[in-house]
Amino acid sequence: MFREIKNLIIKDLILEWRQKYAFNGMILYVVSTVFMAYMSFKLKTNSIEPITWNTLFWIILLFSAVNSITKSFIQEKAGRQLYYYQIARPSAIIMAKIAYNFILMAFLGVVGFIIYLAFMGNQVQDMPMYMLALALGALGFSSSLTLISGIASKTDNTAGLMAVLSFPIILPMLTMLIKLSKNAMDGLNAANSRDEIMVIAGIDLIVIALSYMLFPYLWKS
Amino acid sequence: MNKYWWKFLASGLLLYTVWFGFSGEVPRQPILNETIRNVYFHVPMWFGMMALMISSLVYSIKYLQKGKIEDDIYAVEFANVAIVFGLLGFLTGSLWGNFTWGSPLPKDPKIIAVEVGLLIYAAYFVLRGSFEDEQKKARLSAVYNIFAFASFMPLVWILPRLTDSLHPGNGGNPAFGKYDMDNSMRMVFYPAVMAWILIGVWISTLKIRIRLMRNKVNEV
Repeated sequence: MFREIKNLIIKDLILEWRQKYAFNGMILYVVSTVFMAYMSFKLKTNSIEPITWNTLFWIILLFSAVNSITKSFIQEKAGRQLYYYQIARPSAIIMAKIAYNFILMAFLGVVGFIIYLAFMGNQVQDMPMYMLALALGALGFSSSLTLISGIASKTDNTAGLMAVLSFPIILPMLTMLIKLSKNAMDGLNAANSRDEIMVIAGIDLIVIALSYMLFPYLWKS
Repeated sequence: MNKYWWKFLASGLLLYTVWFGFSGEVPRQPILNETIRNVYFHVPMWFGMMALMISSLVYSIKYLQKGKIEDDIYAVEFANVAIVFGLLGFLTGSLWGNFTWGSPLPKDPKIIAVEVGLLIYAAYFVLRGSFEDEQKKARLSAVYNIFAFASFMPLVWILPRLTDSLHPGNGGNPAFGKYDMDNSMRMVFYPAVMAWILIGVWISTLKIRIRLMRNKVNEV
């Protein structure tokens, strides 16, 4: 089981490395949205409130996550999918996809954050806590969006449905993430954020467990 | 008779609710005044929606286990009626809020929760609309239904931590049962909850039977 997952992750990473199209597209996506935010906030008035600063970053991250994870199941042709169906267990496939998307999202989150800091200025006081929020966010986005992308990939209008299906589901997590990262921005004591961390970790666990159980039904069709 | 006794019960309870809801004795509360009667119509909508959503979830799980298309029809129609109940709860709530809180749409976690719930089920129907094949449609939407329900539940217990609620029983406000409702109101409220849940189930079963019959006609 673990070897299967490991091999599938390596396969995805190699595929990504050879094509680089998804990854480059994502980075460009983040850069251009951050630049747009910079143009509309910083350039004109040179002031942005902390709440807006934080929420804007998470919304940019959410949109780039939805955009990049949408591709997880449509990147490869149906024939190849059938081949994986023969050689790997569905639960291994979903776990590998979640892990791969997590790596992707964590990387994207850090790169996006650096770009964001460069353009919009730093307002964070407790950096390690903000990084923890980023990591939890990457895990949450990858786990809940991967199964949704599996559902959306079976339809004709994948990109449109992806947004419609995922936003209501990701909303609870996003609100908690914004709250946690706001705590980090204000440099609050770590004990104040324990509640949020527990809730986000709990949602992540529920979502991963459900993906593990539900994906086999999805994979059949 | 013994198969549809609960329909008589439902209509009887509903008549009782409407009659005593409008004419029964209610305690005079500041601000609330006579609007407290809305508790018989607004609060049961939430209960009814939850009951129908859970039924929809159960039939989705059943479908994934057995693969019978009837279970899928049950799940869809329960979700359909749950949306209607959600909308009605939303409307009666904003009517009530307009008179007591001064705004039809105040900042309140329960309102956000019901809005997200409606969004999720709207997405569920959009998803269903995008498939031709019946089995595929049923399987994928069942997966989404279960997944969405499981991520909707945390919202209900997360949100009250984010903002204070105006609703009784949240954010330090006392619940209805404790102070506002006296015994004569409780005599109407509990039957009202029962009545609305039963009515919801009744409407759903009617819609389910129509769908099943239409399926049979199509087969012939």
